[in-house]
Amino acid sequence: MNPTDTTNRPGVSIAGVGAQSTGAPTPDVADPVMELSGVSVYYGAYEAVRDTSMPIQEKQITAMIGPSGCGKSTILRSLNRMNDLIPGARVSGSVTYHGQDLYTKDVDPIEVRRRIGMVFQKPNPFPKSIYDNVAYGPRVTGMKVASMDDLVEKALRDAALWDEVKDKLKTSGLALSGGQQQRLCIARTIAVRPEIILMDEPCSALDPIATAKIEDLMSELSNDYTIVIVTHNMQQAARVSHYTAFFTAEVDERQERHGRLVEFSQTGKLFTNPADKRTEDYITGRFG
Amino acid sequence: MSTSTSNAGSAAGSALRRGRRRPVDSTVKVLLVAAALVSVATTIGIVIALVQPTIGFFQQVSVVEFITGTSWTPTFAQKAYGVLPLVAATLTVTGVALTIAVPLGLGSAIYLSEYANPRTRKVLKPIIELLAGVPTVVYGFVALFALNPLLQKWWPTDNGPAFQNLLIAGIAMGIMIVPTIASISEDSMAAVPRSLREGAYALASTKMQVSTRVVVPAAMSGIVAAVVLGISRAVGETMIVTIAGGLTSDRIVLNPLEGAATMTAFIANISSGDIPVGSLDYDSVFAVGALLFLITFALNAVSIRMVRRFREVYE
Ligand SMILES: Nc1ncnc2c1ncn2[C@@H]1O[C@H](COP(=O)(O)OP(=O)(O)O)[C@@H](O)[C@H]1O
Ligand SMILES: [Mg+2]
Repeated sequence: MNPTDTTNRPGVSIAGVGAQSTGAPTPDVADPVMELSGVSVYYGAYEAVRDTSMPIQEKQITAMIGPSGCGKSTILRSLNRMNDLIPGARVSGSVTYHGQDLYTKDVDPIEVRRRIGMVFQKPNPFPKSIYDNVAYGPRVTGMKVASMDDLVEKALRDAALWDEVKDKLKTSGLALSGGQQQRLCIARTIAVRPEIILMDEPCSALDPIATAKIEDLMSELSNDYTIVIVTHNMQQAARVSHYTAFFTAEVDERQERHGRLVEFSQTGKLFTNPADKRTEDYITGRFG
Repeated sequence: MSTSTSNAGSAAGSALRRGRRRPVDSTVKVLLVAAALVSVATTIGIVIALVQPTIGFFQQVSVVEFITGTSWTPTFAQKAYGVLPLVAATLTVTGVALTIAVPLGLGSAIYLSEYANPRTRKVLKPIIELLAGVPTVVYGFVALFALNPLLQKWWPTDNGPAFQNLLIAGIAMGIMIVPTIASISEDSMAAVPRSLREGAYALASTKMQVSTRVVVPAAMSGIVAAVVLGISRAVGETMIVTIAGGLTSDRIVLNPLEGAATMTAFIANISSGDIPVGSLDYDSVFAVGALLFLITFALNAVSIRMVRRFREVYE
């Protein structure tokens, strides 16, 4: 699935950030599946994130890190038009998916979300059975499936949950533990076979063991899916991701805080040899 | 209060003792308990008041006759005490009312909770709730003198609705309980966490799918409670059926275009007449009243359970 001629090559779009780092993107970087260029997101008149440009590479895990309130969730939600649901939220700049701008008039946000799914910070299974939680997406999207049972089983297996729930598919998803609920939400998301999965701090409500399971699962899933994860946990970003974007909040002349992308690069490089002083301060624990 | 003196320690210390009884708190408590007891006592009083004449009634009429008899004619020369005609009329009117009120009430609730923007909701919700305050006698005569003539005029076939009929009473009653169902359902839908809606949108749902497949099921126990409450209001409603519902009770009327007396309409009618205390007719009012009480009591109990279940869902 290569993007048809994209005018914005990855090297260009990350110029503001990545290019100033010594070694430009490694040669094996393919055309990105998604690309943000000059993206600003507003809540009413407030510009929450300013001028963000970065690529999302196919079948890689891209992490977004940074202090709380710097706009990570805001940017993540702009990738599948979840911000549409917030009255007054507005996106400027361009977010492309296979070269197609997601914010042109003729784009159907429902179709966008079918291809770009999302897992949330707090597990939010529906108050329905485990089975119905997983079958929900295929049902509402009218997916043609030979056997719903098989599809549910496959999604639960892929989310590493099948063995724990195979005997109680009819019980409520709410009866599961927090970590299981989050894997159920992941199963529910992959059941509609999206291409990209967005995860907003998916482990922040979980204990370390449940977190480790989700991290393993993410690595496993990155064989088939493109993953973008927001995390406030730097170790997590370092452990699981291939690319990392570091955001921070800047205060402007009018004393307003705006989220800014400070640095985007391969994870190993960002953590061992950051190009920006602010990145270095953040990852070494020296804030501000 | 009395410690405003800036005296030495001993004075301040003694001020802490319970020297003077402050009557306020205990008096308030007694008054509040009394207020609560009044309603409990009233309920018990009603039961007692119902029981004695009801027992008197069943000493003369067998329970089997009461429950299975298909003619209710206490005021005729040929007396019969089968309550089924009254129950059937009540069921018919309630059925018509629900057919109107559930779709309208639920539709309004979905609109208010999921579609209306906050400003519209702020204006509309109180208006809908205001409708619940319209006196039922108004619904009754509007039904009889305004709606029913229209219904008769537009009726496609010859044998249209009678002057008084169960259909028009049911329609009026349905409109009457729309606010109840809409308001309570909207409350329970508004209580569904935003995170569930977001989860559904993230799975490529349309707004309609989010509303009908996630929000409505998640709010279901509240919605059922609203409907049960609506049913119990319909079963107990008296004015509309007395004015517009008709009086027939000597046979079971199944055609909603005809008039028939419901349990409440019978009680209202016979009570406004002149019946000797202690007579069988007098007692029959209480027997029907007791049955009505049992039914609404059971419905309210179901409704309370539902509301409780609904509260527990997201805890
Ligand atoms: N729905 C919203 N309405 C208004 N402002 C918001 C909304 N969501 C987030 N913000 C603001 O946008 C900024 C970025 O928030 P967010 O994206 O949640 O940051 P992060 O995920 O990095 O903690 C914050 O200043 C926050 O207060
Ligand atoms: Mg966030």
